[in-house]
Amino acid sequence: MKRRWNMAVWAGFLVVLAAFLTYVPVFARFPATRDFPWANLLMFGAGLALLTLGLRRAYREPLSYRGKVSGPILLSLGVVALALFCFVTFYLARQLPPSTSAPRVGQKAPDFTLSDQDGNSVTLSELLQPAAGGSGGANGALLIFYRGYW
Amino acid sequence: MVAISVDPPETNREHCRKQGYTYPFLSDPKAEVIRRYDLLDSAVGPGGTDIARPAEFLIDAAGTVRWMNLTESIAVRARPDQVPKAVADFGLASTPRR
Repeated sequence: MKRRWNMAVWAGFLVVLAAFLTYVPVFARFPATRDFPWANLLMFGAGLALLTLGLRRAYREPLSYRGKVSGPILLSLGVVALALFCFVTFYLARQLPPSTSAPRVGQKAPDFTLSDQDGNSVTLSELLQPAAGGSGGANGALLIFYRGYW
Repeated sequence: MVAISVDPPETNREHCRKQGYTYPFLSDPKAEVIRRYDLLDSAVGPGGTDIARPAEFLIDAAGTVRWMNLTESIAVRARPDQVPKAVADFGLASTPRR
């Protein structure tokens, strides 16, 4: 009897691969799935469950199903992918400096002058001045420091 | 609202053009201001360069910090809805500069 292709193993591996690869381009774009990567962890869970199912089939019914070689390899790769994903999101991403002397609420923000994208100098204290001629204008500023290298 | 990073103005201009951002993106290539704010994340950028850790500060007209956010994970940033709330709490107008 010709053994059947072990679909669960390959489908499971594809789901695990998707779980690993979609966080940055897809799920990190939405705060609800970014701050805690539950969508990706769910996909990992589903993929590994399918892989396990396929592996059990391959060993319990070796005459009907293939996958005794590919199964363990793909399941191990899946577990490694999950471990790597957890290491990066729960450990590496949290390796930030303590920033103990960053200005706190109630403290003065250090003044600075930097060049904007058009080469104009922008000074914080000038930003805080009400805009000349305007009725309201800016009476505060929101500074957003980011990592860069886009 | 201003954004600050170690990226040069050319990178920022290109980025703003692509993303349609109209507020100032400031360049701090030597991370001097980033250092002054104690936000330096050393040697983690490409090629071991120094970059800024993500952080947000709301400054009032007198130059005093009214709200700040230092994230614990680079994947977690202040959500847009947190910032307007902070603006509203302190009665600051959120007027775009351009």
